[in-house]
Amino acid sequence: MADGHHTQTAGSHRVGRIVIYALLVVFALYYLMPLFVMVTTSLKTLDDIRTGNLISLPREISFDAWIKAWSSACSGVSCNGLKGNFINSVSFVLPAVAISTLIGAFNGYVLTMWRFRGSDVLFTLLLIGCFIPFQVVLLPMAQTLGYLGIANSIPGLIFVHVVYGLAFTTLFFRNFYVTVPPDLTKAARIDGAGFFTIFWRIILPLSPAIIVVSVIWQFTQIWNDFLFGVVFSSGERQPITVALNNLVNTSTGVKEYNVDMAAAIIAGLPTLFVYIVAGKYFLRGLTAGAVKG
Amino acid sequence: MSALSIRDVKKRYGPVEVLKGISIDVEDGEFLILVGPSGCGKSTLLNMIAGLDTISSGEIAIGGRVVNNLSPKDRDIAMVFQSYALYPNMTVRNNISFGLKIRKIPKEQQEEIVSRVSKLLQIEALLDRMPSQLSGGQRQRVAMGRALARDPALFLFDEPLSNLDAKLRVEMRAEIKLLHERLKATIVYVTHDQIEAMTLGDRIAVMKSGEVHQLASPQEVYDDPADLFVAGFIGSPPMNLIRAPVAEHDGCVGVSLHNGGEAFFFPAPEAIQGGLSKWTGREVIVGIRPEQISDEISRGLAREGHVKRRAKVEVVHPTGPDTLILIELNETPVTCRVHPETMVRSGQMTELMFDLSKLVFFDPETERRIR
Repeated sequence: MADGHHTQTAGSHRVGRIVIYALLVVFALYYLMPLFVMVTTSLKTLDDIRTGNLISLPREISFDAWIKAWSSACSGVSCNGLKGNFINSVSFVLPAVAISTLIGAFNGYVLTMWRFRGSDVLFTLLLIGCFIPFQVVLLPMAQTLGYLGIANSIPGLIFVHVVYGLAFTTLFFRNFYVTVPPDLTKAARIDGAGFFTIFWRIILPLSPAIIVVSVIWQFTQIWNDFLFGVVFSSGERQPITVALNNLVNTSTGVKEYNVDMAAAIIAGLPTLFVYIVAGKYFLRGLTAGAVKG
Repeated sequence: MSALSIRDVKKRYGPVEVLKGISIDVEDGEFLILVGPSGCGKSTLLNMIAGLDTISSGEIAIGGRVVNNLSPKDRDIAMVFQSYALYPNMTVRNNISFGLKIRKIPKEQQEEIVSRVSKLLQIEALLDRMPSQLSGGQRQRVAMGRALARDPALFLFDEPLSNLDAKLRVEMRAEIKLLHERLKATIVYVTHDQIEAMTLGDRIAVMKSGEVHQLASPQEVYDDPADLFVAGFIGSPPMNLIRAPVAEHDGCVGVSLHNGGEAFFFPAPEAIQGGLSKWTGREVIVGIRPEQISDEISRGLAREGHVKRRAKVEVVHPTGPDTLILIELNETPVTCRVHPETMVRSGQMTELMFDLSKLVFFDPETERRIR
């Protein structure tokens, strides 16, 4: 009797497992489908695309579309591929991510370890910055960039993204640092360390997890940004997202789906790369408390 | 010249006065305890001595030098924290030498200091570990090592043992005492634990609501409390405090007590007769320590100043070395400390010896001692 009961529950347990895994596989396939279509299409020739169907495998693998997307596809009047725009994006995304993360860390440090009169109010105001839509700041930002003489330039884009990202990075670091015991800074002050020494030698070394969070967040946001890119840059200096849009929307000649797909993947690869490299720290950083007391 | 001198120090946060004029002088090599319930301002005072917090008025001098406007690093102090506050990203060795590095002390000298301190605290084997790999007791040792490395004029301890478990706390307490005796260091030590205060201190400052209620040696604080708060705070189990009317019998002033239907008259000690006589007919609060109400076995024969009375036992608490029994005097529960071999059960009548020579009396209004 007891045995029968036991095998019965084990059996139903097993059925449950199978259902769960089956569902997970279905969802995974559902989400992987677009990627699959993109990758296979980018590796097909135009003939192959015209005669085959959407989800068929390429008859022969060809990297021509990738090469074209990278170096000779036309967007607008120029036909230099995405290469230049990719470099543009890298050249403003890396500094913008680094600067906004560093300033965010610094802000978080000041707002938690060196509270001053009004520091909470300041933090609340910064938080509101997280909720301001991009569109609202376009005109004032354009004016500001004009005053500063960095309109339509890479430094201008860096400036815009640093300013916009500060609200988020400050929030990340501030919320991480409130879990750091204040005794740590007190001990360091008594040991003779000053404001910056404490930041560099004590606080920043505690922060890899939250730095990763900030970097992933900022990198994704800034790399994928379209609006600031299309408004505050033009021609040669456009970031890859804008160039991708122009490339896909260029209406002369035959629609080259393979080149479009390759271009889209090229534009998406860096964020994918950041997630894969730093992803395992991401969740850890979001959920972990700082220092065990 | 005193090692630390606190003169009429006040601290206000907006309209709230958290320290109301503290004055304490600490001799060179003295172990001063700041003790009191949480929120009494003891940690605030320590932070102000350290320079981690500013004072609103008054003066703090360390080694004869006024330090009001000096930053913590220039005050020649070291501090040990309740949370240990070890730098999590540094090895034990670097934790100890961090302050020396910042002060640009030559490398060889740093190494020499680290090895001397780690030998003293027996943490040589831990030098290359990270703080996360240490137990609570080991972390506190390292934190003390970091303080010792600096060889300051003044050590500040902020509840250093509160995060340790009971057994380790007793061990570390003994070690701190030994360390103090060996180094002859001047120490200011904050705690809320009155046993730590009694065992460690040369003198104790009992604080409450930003005021020092009594500043004296442990025995003095115990035997001769300045007011009702000190009497109730120091001692475990605490002193029994009973409301009782003052009466006069045969030319002798004392208090009237009763247990059930039976009335007692306890004459006051000789020295207080005069002071207490003004209170005849009014109520005072009389204080008697649990060990002053005992049984014959632990007391031997009755001595001068002892009286024997019968009382009904309400509750019995065996603790091992002693048994605590509760009786009722004037409707107030009163703890008595009797020998564990005294077999009593709750509900029984038992004979108890009251040592009246150390009775203390308090004004119920001002809570000050009646002397």
